[in-house]
Amino acid sequence: MTDDRGAGRRSSTATLAQARDDARGRADTAVEAMPYLPPASSPYAPADVDPSTLVWAETVAGPGYTHMTVARGTRIRLEDVTGDACAHVVVLSALNPGERLNVADTQKIPWQAYLGAGHPLLSGDGRVLATVVADAAGGRHDAFCGVTTLAGNVERYGAGAAHTATAAGRELLLLAAAKEGLTARDIPPSVSFFKGVRVAADGSLEWTGDGGAGATVDLVAEMPLTLLVANAAHPLDPAEGYRTGPLRVHGWAAAASSPSDPWWTATPERTRAYLNTDQHLLARGIR
Amino acid sequence: MTVTWATHEAAYFDRSTPYVPGAAVLDHEIAPREGWSGVVRAGHVLTLVDVGGNQSGDCLIYDAADHDVRYSAQATLVAQRHAYLVDGSVLRSNEGDPLMTIVGNEVDRQDTIGGACSKESNTLRYGHHTLFHHACRENFLLEGARHGLGPRDLVSNINWFMNVPVEADGTLGIVDGMSAPGKRVALRAERDVLVVISNCPQVNNPCNDFNPTPLRVIVTDPAVEA
Repeated sequence: MTDDRGAGRRSSTATLAQARDDARGRADTAVEAMPYLPPASSPYAPADVDPSTLVWAETVAGPGYTHMTVARGTRIRLEDVTGDACAHVVVLSALNPGERLNVADTQKIPWQAYLGAGHPLLSGDGRVLATVVADAAGGRHDAFCGVTTLAGNVERYGAGAAHTATAAGRELLLLAAAKEGLTARDIPPSVSFFKGVRVAADGSLEWTGDGGAGATVDLVAEMPLTLLVANAAHPLDPAEGYRTGPLRVHGWAAAASSPSDPWWTATPERTRAYLNTDQHLLARGIR
Repeated sequence: MTVTWATHEAAYFDRSTPYVPGAAVLDHEIAPREGWSGVVRAGHVLTLVDVGGNQSGDCLIYDAADHDVRYSAQATLVAQRHAYLVDGSVLRSNEGDPLMTIVGNEVDRQDTIGGACSKESNTLRYGHHTLFHHACRENFLLEGARHGLGPRDLVSNINWFMNVPVEADGTLGIVDGMSAPGKRVALRAERDVLVVISNCPQVNNPCNDFNPTPLRVIVTDPAVEA
């Protein structure tokens, strides 16, 4: 949660005129976590991106959440500003919410449990929802653990409600889903960026830590895509208290993956996943 | 072309017995390639028997009173900090609370990473000629439809009797199973739960030893003598 020093009583609001002036006087307040509009005005626009192509620019509080429906070919960069953020992500087809992230297929189809550059985020329908096209977080990601729960955070931190400083990831995803017209049943297992977990030889889950301050990961939407993002402490984070930090999000108009991208042909399974995706969109007239 | 091979009866089959004694509530054989669903009451124990050996039983669990509360592989693995299900593993919901507990397990470890097969994912894994092979997701959708469930209710499942190692570099996949005819897993319901099982029809990988065979579902009530 961002400490908003602009909030609270400032002046008399006894009359409507005073209340209106007071309300309007608050609008120029800048805080750490807020959207930047128009997106091209983002003070944190990535140096390698033409600001005029930005469609989404925001800093998400920790804990906090965001959500967006984006066009095919949108490239989304998530940044762990301080090294303390954890972005729990669910992606769903904006054409049909029944088609959504399938973590098991995302690990099984590429024969690879760990997310990194070139890894497809697959739906349960044999298609690619999005691709992790760049990873500047050293592979510190996780597809095994998902999000914390309300009851779990009450037990560990004393509180887990969405408005508290120790919000549960699931509570935040429920809100993100609701804003996109979705409900609890639309929240499948999620993937987590910027905090890593590995499976040890004996099967135990080992914490591998973070990718450092300024770590980024880039996703490309391979179809019209709804993203639900909860920025909340990872369930296995060994930190004494609730660990969180701001999450920066920038999205810009780019291109969906094509056969010239190395990940398209990285394995035969992935090639067929992209072919299925392209045909699905071809039939709908989506380019 | 539909692939129909499966073995419904063989001399090596072992239909075993309930893991936990008690009054019989249900005794059903899931034929190869078929689905099954039913409500297991709190305190009752479901024994699943691998009749022919190395037959994957893909399984989803829902709170019978609120289907939005359903099995979460992730919540289950986080709570035990271990990637596999073993004796004593608590099968947790997406809210983190217990749905069922493994009270008996006769194979080294059970899988909840590998997910279910689908016609669509078969095209990725084995080529587009496998699109018309029957698959677990078909069974889940049809059994789920009997209870008002659809694709939005399908999540990462459990694969009883399936073997999914994860290597140090993250390589993961399905290899030959560690089960055998008559091996069992037993699950105690911690509340009234809807259990959906797909007797996996897959014939393109070793999860069924390339030969679908029956699964036996037995539900007993330990509180009542047999």
